[in-house]
Amino acid sequence: MVNYAPAGLDASFSALSDATRRGVLEQLGRSDASITDLAERFQMTLAGMMKHVGVLEQAGLVTTEKVGRVRTCKLGARRLEEEAVWLERYRQLWEARFDQLEKVVEELKHQERINGRKK
Amino acid sequence: MDARSENQPSSTKHRTTLERKSDRELVVTRIINGPARIVFEAWTKPELLKQWWVPKSFGVILVSCEADVRVGGEYRFVFRHGDSTMAFFGKYVEVIPNSRLAWTNDEAGEGGPVTTVTFEEKAGKTLVVMRDLYSSKEALDAAMASGEKSGMDETFDQLEELLSTLGVS
Repeated sequence: MVNYAPAGLDASFSALSDATRRGVLEQLGRSDASITDLAERFQMTLAGMMKHVGVLEQAGLVTTEKVGRVRTCKLGARRLEEEAVWLERYRQLWEARFDQLEKVVEELKHQERINGRKK
Repeated sequence: MDARSENQPSSTKHRTTLERKSDRELVVTRIINGPARIVFEAWTKPELLKQWWVPKSFGVILVSCEADVRVGGEYRFVFRHGDSTMAFFGKYVEVIPNSRLAWTNDEAGEGGPVTTVTFEEKAGKTLVVMRDLYSSKEALDAAMASGEKSGMDETFDQLEELLSTLGVS
């Protein structure tokens, strides 16, 4: 089984957290496109689109190639496999648990203060 | 509470981190805003444990929660989801007040992981580090393949669906 660097996994999920970037992936699923095409389609500046593409590229979801003055983007080879999804799911489970634990701890601290057992 | 997470740089926007430390070990970390003795208390008293172990978003109900927190003592958590119930159980193998807890996970039979949690207090906050150590790489791979410990299936079904729509999964 492939070993994922946690940083890479995190990058994938944050790359997918943005609506424009999901749109870009969808678009590239239909056909390759240049940064200029993408910027026009999503009505943003070239610099803004380059930033989004950069995030997708870092996550391995997109690759780019510069030919002459045109940078063409296509879908990357990286696949989010079962393992990556499982790990993120497990992390989220603990995140939800810890968020709840934080509330319980807050409540206990509050009670201590009331009982005058402040440390 | 949310203001704090917004202030963090995007690279650390998750307050809970997970790392596959080795072929057979997963490490989860989190900083809890409170002293170690309180975090430890919340982790070892059943009536407190059941207030946070199963957040509402999981869509399962914690039917019973027994925890005899001393070396050799047993725990048993029973969950209900729809008509089915599921029990998670094992034994505490290490109990050091306010600093360290370890237990076995026996519901899947022999070779289940051993979970160790450490609590490190610093300036009124506690760094919680939780390690799941599996007996072998195969055991961890198998746990991941079976979808064990999910509990947030719906969210991930949606994500997987989105990924396949996008042609990246």
